[in-house]
Amino acid sequence: MSAASWLLVFAAAGLATFLIRLSFIALLGRLETPPLLQRALRLVPPAVLCAIIFPEVLVRGGALDLSLRNARLWAALVAIGIALRFQNVLLTIAVGMATLWALQAALG
Amino acid sequence: MPPTPGSAAPPPTRRGEFLAGCRDELPILLGVAPFGMIYGILALSAGLPPPAAQAMSSVVFAGSAQFITAQLIRDGAPGAVIVLTVFVVNLRHALYSASLAPYLRHLNGWWKALLAYLLTDEAYAVAVTRYARDGERTDVSPWRHWYFLGAGLTLWASWQVSTAVGVFLGAVVPESWSLDFTLPLTFIALVFPALRDRAGVAAALTAGLVALLALGLPFKLGLIVAAAAGIAAGMFAEARS
Repeated sequence: MSAASWLLVFAAAGLATFLIRLSFIALLGRLETPPLLQRALRLVPPAVLCAIIFPEVLVRGGALDLSLRNARLWAALVAIGIALRFQNVLLTIAVGMATLWALQAALG
Repeated sequence: MPPTPGSAAPPPTRRGEFLAGCRDELPILLGVAPFGMIYGILALSAGLPPPAAQAMSSVVFAGSAQFITAQLIRDGAPGAVIVLTVFVVNLRHALYSASLAPYLRHLNGWWKALLAYLLTDEAYAVAVTRYARDGERTDVSPWRHWYFLGAGLTLWASWQVSTAVGVFLGAVVPESWSLDFTLPLTFIALVFPALRDRAGVAAALTAGLVALLALGLPFKLGLIVAAAAGIAAGMFAEARS
């Protein structure tokens, strides 16, 4: 796709994002979020992000790779440990990348 | 209630509020700037032309949605699926909107639109802290929206600049560095520490497994299907407990 057609896609995505952010602000704060919707919205981040994490880590070359030679799997497990222990985003990225590079070098 | 006579604080001004908002946003930039750079690098490696990669940062202006868009573009997803996915990923901002709406109801439409555009995770975190600190007091500053504006604009500017740096660097970073792996690492860092209850764990695991099962779905719809399944599983787990 050309830069112009990407801009069209981004304009639509940007408008959707803007309208979500404006939603309740524009409704003057008169409306409460229904509790059921509120609970569903809270579950959006873990659901969406894990739907991305799992395939990024476990799928190599279009197929599931649960083998010991999948360096991304080990690096991700280390990163999960760091994330739970230190709750620091940059540290998690740094240790995860270092683990990946070390394993890639070791596994050839 | 009039302010207590003799209290040291000077009367609030627009300028003072704006600068305070800028200042309180600064520590957060330390975490945001690297993401802007990583986004720029990812967007280029996904095949986006540099102007389009830069434009997304100002038009969409939503970090995780931009990361995901770069990944979908890399995998050849059609435009409609990208828009739908961004919509779902950013649905959480409706919560922020609902939470800040009572404080912004006295503003005119332009202010509401401007602050809504700037309502990212990071601007929300700073703005809501300020509003919550003031609580139910009636003698609060009438210029608190300038504080929100300062925080939001500071974040906006740093996001644009760091994207530009990433777009510039993206052209020179070799593929063997596997920088695309920063995407799942970022999300791991955001998701796992926040998994505190059964509903969240159920949503996360279900969505992850369904995403693996749904790999073969056309148009990269697997992400949407997996997210919906995860949310449903989380609500089910919550209803049972």
